[in-house]
Amino acid sequence: MKYESVICFETHVALNTRSKLFCSCPVEYGALPNTHICPVCTGQPGVLPVLNKKAVEYGILTGLALNCSINQKSGFARKNYFYPDLPKGYQITQYESPLCENGYLEISDGNNCTLPVGIKRIHLEEDAGKMVHTLDDADSAEPSYVDYNRSGISLLEIVADHTRNPIQTLDQAHTYLTTLQQILRYIGISDCSIEKGQFRCDVNVSLRPEGSKQFGNRTEIKNMTSFKFILKAVEYEIKRQTQILVSGKQVKQETRWFDEDKKITRLLRTKEDAPDYRYFPEPDLPDILIDPDFISNIKTTVPELPDEKRNRFMDQYHLTQDEAILLTRDKDISDFFEACVPGCKDHKKLTRWIIKDLFTLLNETSQNLKDSSLSPEQFAVLINNISQGTITEKTGRSVLKEIFETGESPDALIKRKNLKSIQDSALLEKLCSQVITDNQEAAEKIRQGNTKPLNYLVGQVMKKTSGKADPGSVRRLIQDKLKAL
Amino acid sequence: MELCDYTATQLSTMLKNGEVSSKEITDSVFQRIDQQEKNINAYISVFREKALLQAKAADKKFSKKKQPSLLNGIPIALKDNLCTREVTTTCGSNILKNYLPPYDATAVKKAYQHGMIGIGKTNMDEFGMGSSTENSIVGPTRNPVNTEYVAGGSSGGSAAAVAAGETVLALGTDTGGSVRQPAAFCGIVGIKPTYGRVSRYGLISYASSLDQIGVLGRTVEDCAMLLQTICGPDRNDSTSADIQDNDFLSSLNNNIKGLKIGLPQEYFNTGLDGKIKSNILKAVQLLEENGADVVDISLPHADYAISAYYLIATAEASSNLARYDGVRYGLRTKNCYDDIKEMYEHTRYQGFSKEVKRRIMLGTYVLSAGHYRAYYLKAQKVRTLIKQDFDRAFKTVDIIISPVTPTLPFKLGEKASDPLEMYLMDLYTVSLNMAGLPGMSVPCGTIDGLPAGFQIIGKPFDEKTVLRTGHVYQKITGK
Repeated sequence: MKYESVICFETHVALNTRSKLFCSCPVEYGALPNTHICPVCTGQPGVLPVLNKKAVEYGILTGLALNCSINQKSGFARKNYFYPDLPKGYQITQYESPLCENGYLEISDGNNCTLPVGIKRIHLEEDAGKMVHTLDDADSAEPSYVDYNRSGISLLEIVADHTRNPIQTLDQAHTYLTTLQQILRYIGISDCSIEKGQFRCDVNVSLRPEGSKQFGNRTEIKNMTSFKFILKAVEYEIKRQTQILVSGKQVKQETRWFDEDKKITRLLRTKEDAPDYRYFPEPDLPDILIDPDFISNIKTTVPELPDEKRNRFMDQYHLTQDEAILLTRDKDISDFFEACVPGCKDHKKLTRWIIKDLFTLLNETSQNLKDSSLSPEQFAVLINNISQGTITEKTGRSVLKEIFETGESPDALIKRKNLKSIQDSALLEKLCSQVITDNQEAAEKIRQGNTKPLNYLVGQVMKKTSGKADPGSVRRLIQDKLKAL
Repeated sequence: MELCDYTATQLSTMLKNGEVSSKEITDSVFQRIDQQEKNINAYISVFREKALLQAKAADKKFSKKKQPSLLNGIPIALKDNLCTREVTTTCGSNILKNYLPPYDATAVKKAYQHGMIGIGKTNMDEFGMGSSTENSIVGPTRNPVNTEYVAGGSSGGSAAAVAAGETVLALGTDTGGSVRQPAAFCGIVGIKPTYGRVSRYGLISYASSLDQIGVLGRTVEDCAMLLQTICGPDRNDSTSADIQDNDFLSSLNNNIKGLKIGLPQEYFNTGLDGKIKSNILKAVQLLEENGADVVDISLPHADYAISAYYLIATAEASSNLARYDGVRYGLRTKNCYDDIKEMYEHTRYQGFSKEVKRRIMLGTYVLSAGHYRAYYLKAQKVRTLIKQDFDRAFKTVDIIISPVTPTLPFKLGEKASDPLEMYLMDLYTVSLNMAGLPGMSVPCGTIDGLPAGFQIIGKPFDEKTVLRTGHVYQKITGK
């Protein structure tokens, strides 16, 4: 029998609100331990939570971007359990009435096939603090410490719906995660950095006979710290469950733990050991009642999402689908592109220079475009200089490198370093003749039909001009000269 | 009569007229504490030096041109479950024996901003769980009227301190009757305002949806003065009501002609001490003679209030008390542990008394999967029915008068071994917490030398009518 898998993500996203969900402590990553804490987020006796309105707004914005219905009345509940990083002994979360429900996230497989993956619910909750263990050895007498800076930071939990177009392959799983991350970054609610713990996933995996309508027993897998590990964990789990089913046994519903070193999943607890969280409505917070006007106002702030932008870029700037995808993957890049457009008519060249040279540069320097000193205006001027032949592509690359670092204007740099391409044909002809004379052997080969050494000769001329000649013209000149001989 | 025995209203006028200084009043209070405290044990801690500094500052304000607040210079006692910045706040519990809050409760802050003099933190049943103030780390508080008897609880320390002249006014908290019942037992006035009227920020939670800060004083007028000082919306408490109308004094002296008083039949049945009943009916008769109309009403679900209350209150308590785990503050036992779970167990085993553990266990059970529907949800439905009973009644009456307690004060130790009998002390008071209504306990004579009281229940946020009715009664009876 063949089996198909059902893969269902629960994603926790840390909102980039300025303050925490229920107090005014600032949200800052990498701060010294326990410097962003107050009586509320350390659970002192007598304190009460006060809801951050911005977090609700971000939750609604996310719901709208993921095609959810927004509940006009939702509420908080307490999830009770003991752990040192949980200062009140309960987490304030949403249980019976989440902020958003019944949405979908459309993912594409790159072949114009799309799948609207069901989103069951999106709810707000507070994050816990962080345990800091002094030694790896759990049996040692060394104490463990707790850092409460993270305690109370706003989280959105986005739960996929296994009953509506669930993810079934690893490729889809990867696309789901990257698309979700991309959309959340587009709407600006989170930086979604996995390294900083702003984007965390648990995943439910189950198998069923191909075509079956019923679901098999699922396992929930925790502790994956990268997309790579998430996919590894899912892959392993599908293999493990397949083996169980093939051998005629039943998969047990349980929670499993991903072992990063061995790349396998291990049993964390069985269904029977599942904790009873004793959820009940949070009496310290009134229901969240949302005015339809509030939702319509947020609706107007939903920005153009990646799919729409990609299609528009193809229409408006006559880009290929691949080009448009590359330009719209990151909103900072597409914003940069569109900021260049008013100063640059050659959209093709502009696009090519962004997705090739600029991307390379960003990769090499591991910088964010936002953090670099390169402005779209300068970049547009640079591209114009190249389009008009004022400088060569090669010069262009070194100019880009330099203005990327210094922020100097390209015009000024070209002038200061005298980088204009050589347009003087008499000079070029002289240089070409000289190179041919100096390399008789190579010239002879070319004349006999072996074009290989031609590049070498062009290179020699370029060298003499410090790269300021147009290599195309030089090549033509040399060929013409050799023919004429 | 010493200065500490005067009403706040009298002292306020004397201070204003320069007849007395806050220092003299404060000295008088501490003198009384020195004489009486060993018999009464109303306080868990007193802060003499700080109080004298506050008195000095209050006296200075009188010398300035700007008229200070009515309560400037008046002593106040604070129940020990109200957070006071850098001042030990124990909740009467071993687990918070050395706890220093990093902030002041909103109600405390407001009292201090109005120039009141903080005398000390009063004794209470641990975390408010009790009706006799016998369940505390510092031992029981005794009733100043007769020290063989309990002061009631859980705000027994606050009530006893007011009754004994160990303060002039006090703050208490009331989750099921904890302000009104001790007030009745000690022969003073105690009011639990509408839920949301006073900010709960800094009140150490027992049951969040029922807890409310209340005030205790010798007269209704004193209570009105303190209540209007501490109430009002607070952005730190999302359940505090956005109501700005906090003037309880200006209408206090209006008459009660045409006021409709309802007497709930279910509250005057066989469970009630006959002598208390007759005292209350006498009080009602007096009000009737002064222009009020009295009608019988019915609150049909009254019988279910206690059961539903103990399910909801313990459910919330089991969650609210989870933070006392020995990790961040409070007690952590010094045993050797194999793991964190053992540390929790030892700490909570030693930190909580038997009664608190009983309620945590009951509440945990009530909320657990498989019991939630049968207990917690059912209790919430009963709560709605109780609310509807009152809504219906208040369509025809302006206020409701009822007993506060089914019996007179009992002797120390008398009910300590029977929790169920102790729970029944709240028979007439819990419904108000369930419905969020304001209620005030007003003394109505003594029986066999022990104080009796009656309860005036008002519509939500209609403390004015409650206070006016009580004040009229005290004027008629010459209080």
